[in-house]
Amino acid sequence: MPDLVKVGMADYKVGKAPSTLISYGLGSCIGISVYDPHSKVGGLLHIMLSDSSQSRATDNPAKFADTGIPLLVKEVVAAGAVQRRLVAKMAGGAQMFAFANTTDIMKVGERNAIAAKTLLKKMGIPILAEDTGGTCGRTVSIDLNNGDYFVKTVDKGERKI
Amino acid sequence: MPTGFKDLSGNQLDALREIGNIGAGNSATALSQLINRRIEMNVPNVTIVPLEEVPELVGGPETVVVGVFLRVYGKAPSNILFLMPQDSAFYLVDTLMGKQRGETKSLDFMDQSALMEIGNILSGAYLNALFNFTQLALLPSIPALAMDMAGAILNVVLVQLGQMGDHALVIETKFISEDDGINGHFFLVPDPGSLETILTAVGVE
Repeated sequence: MPDLVKVGMADYKVGKAPSTLISYGLGSCIGISVYDPHSKVGGLLHIMLSDSSQSRATDNPAKFADTGIPLLVKEVVAAGAVQRRLVAKMAGGAQMFAFANTTDIMKVGERNAIAAKTLLKKMGIPILAEDTGGTCGRTVSIDLNNGDYFVKTVDKGERKI
Repeated sequence: MPTGFKDLSGNQLDALREIGNIGAGNSATALSQLINRRIEMNVPNVTIVPLEEVPELVGGPETVVVGVFLRVYGKAPSNILFLMPQDSAFYLVDTLMGKQRGETKSLDFMDQSALMEIGNILSGAYLNALFNFTQLALLPSIPALAMDMAGAILNVVLVQLGQMGDHALVIETKFISEDDGINGHFFLVPDPGSLETILTAVGVE
């Protein structure tokens, strides 16, 4: 049995091979992984929102892209990864309900994806794969043995991105 | 007034439970009349849960459910979510469309429309009762429907709360039809600012 570590909403986990980090049932949330293929150390972050400065509660940095990603990177480096070797993968950011007139709250997923991509680029961490947007919920996981990132949806089952 | 959900007193929780009771009672009656079956409901659960634990209320984040979502506008903005296990939703469609039980195996456009209308009627009944009790006029948006993982659907409701805090106040009622074939969870999730308005309106401060 592989060692399966669950990552909750607005949470992150750091680990190393042979663990798999998994986050269940993402809607507009995004699961961002960073991984160092050499040391086989990586982490998975489950963000809900893009920007902590727009919010009143800033007590949990893992909830936001702008505070969560730097925290995740810091923690995987502390666990033995080397920052310049880190590669990122991400999935999620769906729009679960389609309203005729899409209000602001419905575009959270899209904003999350843009914020995460911008920040990773700024930090010089290449995004090797992504599966964002759409209207489907996703379960995402990263196998820290090799950095494989899996996305599971109700309709299409599980696939590697 | 409570600054956070965790500071709510026993009295305040009781008042919220009563709101859930009256609202859901009205909704259950409406549903019962629509499908011509007895509907049982439980005493509403008023719970303050960490955001990440909310999906556990409906069987875990990966359970496939059908959700009808409505945004509530007015003096106490809230979200309403009516969640049904997939089987229940299919059976409800069978009942509404006059089909044999088990005939519905996926949701076509008409089926989705019918379920959204159910969500609409239940929410209307709920909010009407709430109005009689609190004099707060609340208007639901048009409904939207999704069939997917429970965690993903609940995400939508929780994201807004996430801007304000780490906990959700959930007023949840479970419906079960007499033949056990249909069950659903009705969630009223007030925005953090709305809680104060609701409690003031019922005179429990």
